[in-house]
Amino acid sequence: MAIIETTDLTYTYPAGTKLSLQDVSITVEQGEFVVLTGPSGGGKTTLCRCFNGLVPHFYGGKLEGNVVVTGLKVGEHSIYELARHIGLVFQNPENQLFALSVEKDVAFGLENLGIPRGDIRKQVDWALEITGITDLRERPPHELSGGQQQRVAIACVLAMQPNVMILDEPTSFIDPVGAQKIFDVINELNKKLGITVILVEHRLDLASKYANHVIVMDEGKVVLDGEPREVFNSDSARLIGVGIPKATRLYQILKEKGISLKKVPVNSEEASQLLREVLTHDRG
Amino acid sequence: MIAVKDVYFTYPNGVEALSGVSLAIRDGEFIAIMGQNGAGKTTLVKHINGLLKPTKGEVAVDGVSTRKVSVAKLSRKVGFVFQNPDHQLFCETVEDEVAFALRNFGFKEQLIKKRVTWALSLLNLTRYRQTSPFMLSGGERKRVALASVLAWNPDIVILDEPTIGQDYQQKEKLRQFIVQLNTQGKTVIIVTHDVEFVAECNPHVILMAQGKIVAEGGAKETLTNRDLVTQAFIVPPQVSQIFFELSDLKLPTNVIDVYDARKVLLDRLEVSS
Repeated sequence: MAIIETTDLTYTYPAGTKLSLQDVSITVEQGEFVVLTGPSGGGKTTLCRCFNGLVPHFYGGKLEGNVVVTGLKVGEHSIYELARHIGLVFQNPENQLFALSVEKDVAFGLENLGIPRGDIRKQVDWALEITGITDLRERPPHELSGGQQQRVAIACVLAMQPNVMILDEPTSFIDPVGAQKIFDVINELNKKLGITVILVEHRLDLASKYANHVIVMDEGKVVLDGEPREVFNSDSARLIGVGIPKATRLYQILKEKGISLKKVPVNSEEASQLLREVLTHDRG
Repeated sequence: MIAVKDVYFTYPNGVEALSGVSLAIRDGEFIAIMGQNGAGKTTLVKHINGLLKPTKGEVAVDGVSTRKVSVAKLSRKVGFVFQNPDHQLFCETVEDEVAFALRNFGFKEQLIKKRVTWALSLLNLTRYRQTSPFMLSGGERKRVALASVLAWNPDIVILDEPTIGQDYQQKEKLRQFIVQLNTQGKTVIIVTHDVEFVAECNPHVILMAQGKIVAEGGAKETLTNRDLVTQAFIVPPQVSQIFFELSDLKLPTNVIDVYDARKVLLDRLEVSS
């Protein structure tokens, strides 16, 4: 079942002079783990803002075409209605956090939905634990480091247990081991709870092993849309300058020299296995 | 020359962020400081432009202690690009933003204009000259912050997480640009989590953990040392992971770049065929 569907989405910001989105038509199925990537300024963040209604309800401007998220037409529903179903982790955590303690920030969305106190407590505890910030619960978010703030921003959205989680470069300030932990958590939520994930990310070496659907945007348009292996190995991905995983790149440059691996690897495990076959076969 | 001598630093809230750091950076070096969040990386580089002064120990830039010179004066020599561009940008247009420091330093208007044009074109921002920085995407704002520092041509350039929000092409440009700065004799210090970027730049790497320097050395040596990367909470570059998984086949393990990887693999296959 499609959980997000956009048809011919075209949008310009009120003060903008160029189209930020142009005829964007995509379908995301329930339970998918989507990586949304492409050059900066290409419309990724704007598209995410359409999913929870920030565009057009908050940003203004004229949105043409259709977005339907969890069966709701975004144009006809307010941001707070959409927020029950769809959570957005902002690119810059400072734009999202405002309370005087981490705990209050994480509880805020749940309080707004009128959830019983006991349940709020439970969900906040869970979200803090899963993002590894239980010890920061009394700290003011604005005094935390960039990486810690990003964890808080993710916890805020996690606590709401939305059907769809949109994460706009959620780990850009976090060290790789921390980032991988967060990705593992997101992956677990995706696999166990069936939460649909849309992850905006440039660091495909880290993120691609979780994805089963990749969308590449450039200059407001969707230029590639499909299965990770196909997208990463396509010529246009390289021409647009998508930072494809090094495992895939190695496959390509080996092929130039006449060494063919059996399939296109998208992570180190796959690449080492395929290389092992070639290396041990030739030896024998 | 930057000399950091046994520096300790404790924030007002009591957190000790640096616990005895000593480091010498020669003119023209290219350094990447890596490590976990909270390891003290940003705190350390903020000592180099004098934003922070050591609680104990001393930091000297070109022989002058940072305690004895104002941040304003030191910043003429040490350019600092913050992690989060929104901590740095405030002007109405990109052009004014990039010109701001130049005006403060008293450059002549004619020169300012030239420098601004140069910096904007270098970072692919010319078309946004009259745009408000706050209308730009996260990655573009980061580049404006970069342009505004590079415009005054400091001897030492410190970039805190320069690749955040940058797509692959911009990163490649940034890499070429850093290499170019470095060959012009500038000291470049980057603080970064981006192992793939480091693998492509090949700087001298300093690994930090818990307020201390735990190792330093070439990118190939440090990023392929399993014990060190684990200690500093770094995920090794993908190529290095591949070679680690193949380590029983007795391939070299200090490979971090795809082209090196190809060469090693081709050599092996030729020998065995």
